Amino acid sequence: MSQYFHSVTLNKEKCKGCTNCIKRCPTEAIRVRNGKAKIIKERCIDCGECIRVCPYHAKKAVTDPFENIYNYKYKVALPAPTLYGQFKNVWDINLILTGLKHIGFDDVFEVARAAEIVTLATKRIINSKKLQKPIISSACPAVVRLITVRFPNLVKNVIPIQSPMEVAARMVKRNISKKMGYKTEDIGVFFITPCAAKVTSSQIPIGLDTSLVDGVISMKEVYLKLVPILDKIDHVENLSCAGMIGISWANSGGESTALENEQNIAVDGIHNVIKVLEELEDEKLSDINFVEALACTGGCVGGPLTVENNFVAKNKITRMAKLISNTAVNDISNTLETVDVSWTNPITYKPILNLDNDMIKAMKKMESLEKIYNDLPGLDCGSCGAPSCRALAEDIVRGFANETDCIFKLREKVRGLAREMMELEGEMPPPFRKNEE
Amino acid sequence: MAEEKNIISLQYKVNGEDFSLAGEASSNVKKILKQLGVNPEAIRRVAIAMYEGEINMVIHAKGGIAEVNITPEQIKVLLQDEGPGIADIELAMQEGYSTAPDNIRELGFGAGMGLPNMKRYSDEMKINSVVGKGTRVELIFNI
Repeated sequence: MSQYFHSVTLNKEKCKGCTNCIKRCPTEAIRVRNGKAKIIKERCIDCGECIRVCPYHAKKAVTDPFENIYNYKYKVALPAPTLYGQFKNVWDINLILTGLKHIGFDDVFEVARAAEIVTLATKRIINSKKLQKPIISSACPAVVRLITVRFPNLVKNVIPIQSPMEVAARMVKRNISKKMGYKTEDIGVFFITPCAAKVTSSQIPIGLDTSLVDGVISMKEVYLKLVPILDKIDHVENLSCAGMIGISWANSGGESTALENEQNIAVDGIHNVIKVLEELEDEKLSDINFVEALACTGGCVGGPLTVENNFVAKNKITRMAKLISNTAVNDISNTLETVDVSWTNPITYKPILNLDNDMIKAMKKMESLEKIYNDLPGLDCGSCGAPSCRALAEDIVRGFANETDCIFKLREKVRGLAREMMELEGEMPPPFRKNEE
Repeated sequence: MAEEKNIISLQYKVNGEDFSLAGEASSNVKKILKQLGVNPEAIRRVAIAMYEGEINMVIHAKGGIAEVNITPEQIKVLLQDEGPGIADIELAMQEGYSTAPDNIRELGFGAGMGLPNMKRYSDEMKINSVVGKGTRVELIFNI
């Protein structure tokens, strides 16, 4: 596996090379080159913002094909709770889960259930007071990657617990092999995802050597398979085991509310997340205990691979959660004793935004960066292919762009040349001069 | 910017009229220090102490000038204002002492931790102040 894998990719044919995605990317990871968007792989955090803003649908999230489930003897679906909020007239979670068995899976396990275990593990870490406050959730992989590239001082605040998806995969592999005698490699565990970042984290896991998730399937694709069959199901199986807490994780605020602390905050939308992380880094929010930070607006219900409007889905999830009782805490804590949900590899800061690894060289570059930047028009028009004048100045000192990539700079140069040519045109060598006195 | 020497000088005008803009200079400096590859712990100290200084200038002096000089060895932050000055510097340095008016305290500022925090997070701090003329604070951070 190479160092970088990204679910977010470009469909070159559809890309018009406009400025929509470059301007919205939270890590300035996109440039337009040769008339097409180009993603800088070191910087991309797979938040999916560009998928949402592209008017030509040229950005897409690569997910695993549904057919991959047939490579396994025992196929288990791990639906994110966000799935429950996608259907107009369905209020019964068991119906949706039974539906998953009808479209090809042998079994289902709710990620919402694993989320409850993560909640319990989080409470224990908070109570142990071993981690520096404010503690930041590690549930959203896009946010964790954002922290590793932009917020070196917050890396140690991120809670070292696996995501509900990974915890669910671990529980399923263990339980099924124990109960039914399948070999671990014969059990195919497939996460049904609302976002691109989860696909990436199944390939390059956060805090772990390898992911136990065998595939990640788009929620949109599963939705299309479920819609035609849901109302034809006669016998609804009792498959649901998650409570209100786990299901609420689909919405922003679900994870932090479950921790029952008044000094917790929930922030959603990647640009809002950045604002809060900046303030956390400057220790301006020292009275906050826990920060739930989710890249998508509204939380996972706002994921780029969802179908239903995120505000409608949020309302639906809230109402569905109210219909279910809480899972017994004893039940979960037993599981927590047998499944290790901690990270094995701590995350580290990746200083990809450094101008140079050598500080003296970086200082020289910064000096010319400031000079170039002051000379640029400051319109942030994006016509040079970089998101802002500052980003162009950075690209120039890194050697990836030229000053004349700025159309205003180019025009200035052309005008200067034209003036010079006019002046030269007036000058003639002596043999050709006319009317010389 | 000086030639030949390895030094980066930055200057910011801290606007005293808009509370919501306080912290702009320090967050700019933070971004630049990250791009220079300064170690994260030093960045943290500079950002926090400089933000406190900015807030002080906004609360007490209607703004001022922040100058930052960066070399590979140290970061020097100079904050200068033409505010009312500090009558008793020793008293002002005590934790919890504040002369901030009530309307500022209501905003959650003026807890009397500004100067103490600036001292705590910096390696060296010099204050010169003349009542009626203004205040000059120099913070040095070794990196």
